[in-house]
Amino acid sequence: MGTLRFAHPTYWITPIAMLIHDQSRPGRRATAQAPLHSLAATDIPEGLRRRVPPKLPEVSEMQAVRHYTRLSQKNFSIDTHFYPLGSCTMKYNPRACHSLASLPGFLTRHPLAPDSHGQGVLACLHELQEMLKEITGMHAVSLAPSAGAQGEFAGVAMIRAYHQARGDHARTEILVPDAAHGTNPASAAMCGFKVREIPTGADGDVDLAALNAAVGPQTAGIMLTNPSTVGVFDRNIQAIARTVHAAGGLLYYDGANLNAILGKVRPGDMGFDVIHMNLHKTFSTPHGGGGPGAGPVGVSQRLEPYLPVPLVAFDGDDYRWLAEDERPDSIGRLTAFGGNMGILLRAYVYARMLGREGMGRVADFATLNANYLMARLKSAGFEAAYPERRASHEFIVTLKRESKELGVNAMDFAKRLLDYGYHAPTTYFPLLVPECLLIEPTETETKEELDGFIEALIAIRREAVEDPEKLKGAPYTLPVRRLDDVRAARLLDLAWKPGSNEVQDGQQ
Amino acid sequence: MPFVPHTADDIAAMLATIGVDAIDDLFDEIPPALRIGELASIPAGMAEMDIARLMQARARADGQPVCFIGAGAYDHHIPAAVWQIAARGEFYSAYTPYQAEASQGTLQVLYEFQSMMTALTGLDVSNASLYDGASALAEAVLMAVRANRKTKSTKVLVPRALHPAYRRTVRGIVEAQGIELVEASFDPTRGQTTVEQLEASVGGDEFAAVIVNQPNFFGVLEDVDALTNWAHARHALVIAVVNPIALALLSPPGDWGGAGADIACGEAQPLGMPLSSGGPYAGFLCCKQEFVRQLPGRIAGRTLDLDGKPGFALTLQAREQHIRRGKATSNICTNQGLLVTAATIHLAILGAEGLERVAATCHANTRKLADLLCEIPGVEPLFDRPVFHEQTLRLPAPTADLLRSLAAHNVLGGFDLSPDYPELGQALLICATELRTEEEMRGYADKLARIVATRTQAKCPVEPKF
Repeated sequence: MGTLRFAHPTYWITPIAMLIHDQSRPGRRATAQAPLHSLAATDIPEGLRRRVPPKLPEVSEMQAVRHYTRLSQKNFSIDTHFYPLGSCTMKYNPRACHSLASLPGFLTRHPLAPDSHGQGVLACLHELQEMLKEITGMHAVSLAPSAGAQGEFAGVAMIRAYHQARGDHARTEILVPDAAHGTNPASAAMCGFKVREIPTGADGDVDLAALNAAVGPQTAGIMLTNPSTVGVFDRNIQAIARTVHAAGGLLYYDGANLNAILGKVRPGDMGFDVIHMNLHKTFSTPHGGGGPGAGPVGVSQRLEPYLPVPLVAFDGDDYRWLAEDERPDSIGRLTAFGGNMGILLRAYVYARMLGREGMGRVADFATLNANYLMARLKSAGFEAAYPERRASHEFIVTLKRESKELGVNAMDFAKRLLDYGYHAPTTYFPLLVPECLLIEPTETETKEELDGFIEALIAIRREAVEDPEKLKGAPYTLPVRRLDDVRAARLLDLAWKPGSNEVQDGQQ
Repeated sequence: MPFVPHTADDIAAMLATIGVDAIDDLFDEIPPALRIGELASIPAGMAEMDIARLMQARARADGQPVCFIGAGAYDHHIPAAVWQIAARGEFYSAYTPYQAEASQGTLQVLYEFQSMMTALTGLDVSNASLYDGASALAEAVLMAVRANRKTKSTKVLVPRALHPAYRRTVRGIVEAQGIELVEASFDPTRGQTTVEQLEASVGGDEFAAVIVNQPNFFGVLEDVDALTNWAHARHALVIAVVNPIALALLSPPGDWGGAGADIACGEAQPLGMPLSSGGPYAGFLCCKQEFVRQLPGRIAGRTLDLDGKPGFALTLQAREQHIRRGKATSNICTNQGLLVTAATIHLAILGAEGLERVAATCHANTRKLADLLCEIPGVEPLFDRPVFHEQTLRLPAPTADLLRSLAAHNVLGGFDLSPDYPELGQALLICATELRTEEEMRGYADKLARIVATRTQAKCPVEPKF
């Protein structure tokens, strides 16, 4: 049975939410870390100068090191906890990817250094570009987008550019399934499109009749995730592609769930015209507490001219960047210097370590782990949202029965899981399944870890029967108990100001 | 099997629990026609020692030339502690703090980052970062147009003295939303944007906002008070684009003019982020309190828990895509959390005085380098106004040729302004950060002097031998 692990062995020695600013004392400094001599910038006109120094903390180097080390210990992370956050692919981030991307020649290279002083990094990026083409079955790839959402923006912008270049100005609508990630409709809106929702059928696949009714001469394209966010592979994908293409629209593939199909099936073969990949998911670059990501885009032949810049070109001897001047039809540049190169290097190292045989194993074991978890949870009496379907790399459990009968909801289960030493699955997404947990174990977890997680969920349900109030008060063993989100939004406290602690806490 | 822990016994037991014979059976809902065989052109997997050998060779191939390029990314010292702490697994391998109670470390870092950025910019609130400086500016432009209720205009004035890559990025991101970017020229002798030029670019039309960058792309300090007051008199918002290091010396956007800039953004790379060929960096975005609900991206707030104990959570999520979907302030999902962690540690270690020393040393080094280079016949400053830590020079030969010759001798001499600003002729933008030594600067000047002399004598481009 599940045991209540003490999730945080060190939190109690950390003073309550003490900011680095609270440790500041006038005149204290980390002197070794700045130039030793202070110079006066006397030629800067008086009127342009800063009159009062910024209120930054004044601490010693050791104080800073201790403070941030302690803060790190208040986090759950892949390195410390099972982290089955659905749709986020929280798999192990190999340490070699970090250390090899951090070699001095890569780290110190200026983005505007000439290509002659970048043949090493450009070779890696070009090979990554080529591997991503092969893996996704697309005609061409740009590594420029900095994250999945930026890849989505770039993808939809290319769809827009394509229709505009053909003089087809009537296509003002993007179709998005109701299960889609929130970034999909938001990206479509940023590109100036209207968003039309398509319902998901009872079996988890897109409702084909609704799709047929929705497509028309106003359809610019459809944004799909496959396997979808409900954790199943849409069996009608070829019919969807035919329908949308026949109406003159294009298909956009949200690569959030690419981990499920790596080396098994390719978006290009499914009929997609444009895709983005989340390298921080499928290619195991760090999530970093919320970024940096990397969201390369791949396209079919007809969208190739519109790819965001820069691209890496190779003429057989030398690698070089292609920018706006050589790519006149490009949708342009998404960041000043063309992307998260250090993250792309990590993905490259990971891809080379996996190799061709490793790619398929990723999908194999991500899928095995998800189906094993689903099978065991079903037999333990939990309700799968789509029990007749295979899980892809993730699946949904709905707690609507527990919510109705016991009065405890998905949030309560999630918070109690933290006490058991497991990060919670994604909750309340996708929106169409009530009281849902979207569970994605990834391929890097052991059977023992999955078994422990199952036991914890069973134990929590037992607690829900015996003492539902206990769940509502969870978590108990973390640095803080459940936080007041309403207060956070109403009494906005978004930055420390001198004296702000007295007002806020009433403790000092 | 790399990174897959399953033993044969595990696999057998798991398949039995699921009730299938083989892993491949789990893919039986995929139409068979779509299944692929081997990914033939992907190379076979490599052991860590083999990929290490390959990467070391490639990193060596890139060399470590002496860098005098700035132009939006700067070679600063990064305290050893910054990345040793930021790369701890608890920061490195955590995700967006959706479960606040299990993410207090990341959330408090975001709150402290926001506190530091508001202190530096002199504005009320900050978000928890965007992708980079240029994309942060694009978001600032969208935000300003949404936030300015005094006009329906979607026009935004963009100085030509703004980084060319920023101008291109902004155009690419905002144009689909019907925003009209109007370019305002600069004074050709001072290298400054003036009120007269802004007036000339917009005429009598209403406009929503003006971008003011301090320093501007040429390194020149703008008269930010005059530009801010002029914009506010025209009921437009002011978007400041600033270098966070420069803010140790220069008047913060919150103090500009009578009322202060409304929004400030920029590139956080100088705060502890390696150059790394262009990323990952982080953009910052701050604003006055009244615009907080128009601010895009993650924001951390301080609140209380069930026991009344202070803690941190993501807040104002009703602005964001995962709640508002198509009506969100932006499609942005992740921020640049790991880079923000580095920036926060970096600022905590440097403090205001350390930051000022860095800024003042960069300023002094660039002036020293400019003086050395200007001893070479035909090299002279292009503008006569004070600068922060970059200087624009006129050269006696085509900039690209001289830079190529310098690069052959392992010196990256600066940024060639000629393609983006043909009106400036043979122009070069130089930068010497606190990391550049006297010897490196003299070495640069000596090499350039010889290259120029050889060209002048030969009257044709010949590579000098030394």
